[in-house]
Amino acid sequence: MSETLDPELEERLKGFFRDRLTAHRGLATLGEKLVPLGDFHRAAESHGRALSATERQRQIANYREPDRAPDRAPDRAPDRAPGRALEGAADGVPVEGPYTKVAVFGGVYNNHLGLAALLEDARRRGAEALYCLGDLGGFGPSPEKVWPLLQQGGVHTIQGNYEESLASGREDCNCGYTDPRDNHFAEISYRYTAQHCSTEFKRWMGLLPRRRRIRVGERELLLVHGSPRRINEFLFASAAPVPFLEVLCQQERCDGILCTHTGLHWHRHLPSNKDVVNVGVIGRPANDGQTHVWYALLEDRPGEPLHVEHVPLRYDHQSLAAEMRREKLPEAFVETLLTGWWTTCLEILPTRERAASKY
Amino acid sequence: MAVAESGSPSIPSIQSMSSIAPRVELRSLDTLWFQVAGTLCNLACTHCFVSCSPTNHTHEHMTLEQVEGYLREAAELGVKEYYFTGGEAFLNPQMEAILEATLRVGPASVLTNGLLLDPQRCQRLKALADASDYSLDIRISLDGYDAESNDAIRGPGTFERVLENIRHLHAVGINPVLTVTEVCEDAGSAAGKERFFALLRGLGLDKPRLKVLPVFHIGAEAERGGAYESWQRLREGEVAADDWEHLQCSSCRMVTDQGVWVCPILVNEPGGRMGEQLADTLDTFPLDHPACWTCHVEGVSCKT
Repeated sequence: MSETLDPELEERLKGFFRDRLTAHRGLATLGEKLVPLGDFHRAAESHGRALSATERQRQIANYREPDRAPDRAPDRAPDRAPGRALEGAADGVPVEGPYTKVAVFGGVYNNHLGLAALLEDARRRGAEALYCLGDLGGFGPSPEKVWPLLQQGGVHTIQGNYEESLASGREDCNCGYTDPRDNHFAEISYRYTAQHCSTEFKRWMGLLPRRRRIRVGERELLLVHGSPRRINEFLFASAAPVPFLEVLCQQERCDGILCTHTGLHWHRHLPSNKDVVNVGVIGRPANDGQTHVWYALLEDRPGEPLHVEHVPLRYDHQSLAAEMRREKLPEAFVETLLTGWWTTCLEILPTRERAASKY
Repeated sequence: MAVAESGSPSIPSIQSMSSIAPRVELRSLDTLWFQVAGTLCNLACTHCFVSCSPTNHTHEHMTLEQVEGYLREAAELGVKEYYFTGGEAFLNPQMEAILEATLRVGPASVLTNGLLLDPQRCQRLKALADASDYSLDIRISLDGYDAESNDAIRGPGTFERVLENIRHLHAVGINPVLTVTEVCEDAGSAAGKERFFALLRGLGLDKPRLKVLPVFHIGAEAERGGAYESWQRLREGEVAADDWEHLQCSSCRMVTDQGVWVCPILVNEPGGRMGEQLADTLDTFPLDHPACWTCHVEGVSCKT
């Protein structure tokens, strides 16, 4: 372990800092003054509070399960439905089902060929119900084509940030990118989708619920787009730790959470026997050099943990790529379909997911 | 229960002004910071808003045991991510053990000046990252595109030394995030970012990553670039009550060896201290420091 610098550099730094170090030696900054350390420590100790052990436990309990604590002000988190039932679902959302086996997918991104393939594949595998977690548009061609497929397929859909933005006439998709290049491509894709969606389709999007609850066997699962807190929160595997997910499940009073939004699928079975599943997306590949896309099959098997299967789904990606080129969509998007590697939206990836990507 | 105030009345404090400041709610405790190396640093950068230096003992190093205590409490509160800063984080002799403990419960990011990243340490960091389910991020500071501009802020010889250590990280497969403040001219512009991307690509990093931070006019920076003006304060009603989500203090806390502070910026402000344990600090906080004005106006988050 080397906690020291090489002597030469250290000497140079010492010379450079001598004046300022003299000024700061033994002193703390307090407001705009330099004060003796003791003054700072005394002032700091006088601020803040030290609750009793019992009160601390109560604070933590309130935080973990706010709707069970009568003395807590109503939560203003935007994605929570107003008015909660005291028993059952924490948010008053009706529970659908019960089911034994369901297919859940997200991120259609205008991929009507992928959606058609999914409807067939999921039925063939015995799914009793189909759920879509939103983001119908963006990226791919001809947005209007997915609407009849969803309706004919009897798909239960919730709103993603795309539907929210399109229905409310927002200027952007609200995907949550920070990188200018990602935003540039996001703009192209959003503008294209907005221009090619009918008013009726957008109105329908606006009426979609932001969350649903389903029963699979004995378990009550919460379905959201990004996270229970925000429609555009990213839940990536390497950045969604177990204790965090446990608290989310407890706050939402559910036995599991199903989400999408990131484009990358994963499943975490929690020590409490609950499950959090990012179901992935069927609109574009999972940044793994493979051209297929992913959805999730959830099955109740008596006496076993929730059975979660991430299903690879093949579709005619060559035809979709040809259609995208006819529609003059960016070649960067077409490349992703044909190679399985993302060319945009890379900035949002946590370190581990980024390390696994080509670009 | 709350400890009575006993500070000297001559010392200005946040809470003495708090009657006119808006208060921000903690929406969720997602990000937990550790001032793991206190205010001790092997540099004394001229723009450091916490005036860190080899002799600033305002906050001392944290021990592994202290960090583990807060990690246990953080798990109960469902913290989503952990950040470590100083001072220079790797001056803390227990830093790697602290990272190992943290990576068992969540993703970790270390903010470092990059001077102590020799090849052996880089290999150990890579091993820690590989052993975890979660991401380990290393964020390295530079403040100029070349030695001349960077070293004027960070100290002579630091530019070359940091580039060499970025190569060490890259050699073991760690892709650091370069952190630059707006002390560096044009760092926030597209052209400025591209210059840093080019610098990183030149070192062999084909997926360059960059974080640009604004300047807080406190600490050493107040001496270098000037302090805040008196009008640079938030007043009640200036911010819509439901518009707090962009403020990091609505979703973070900062732990030092002396307790829990509201955010990573105000650790040298006694009034920024909110309690001993995390459970003490789930309440609202008055946005009555000029630095709060920067966070609001610039939309700052210290997170990557």
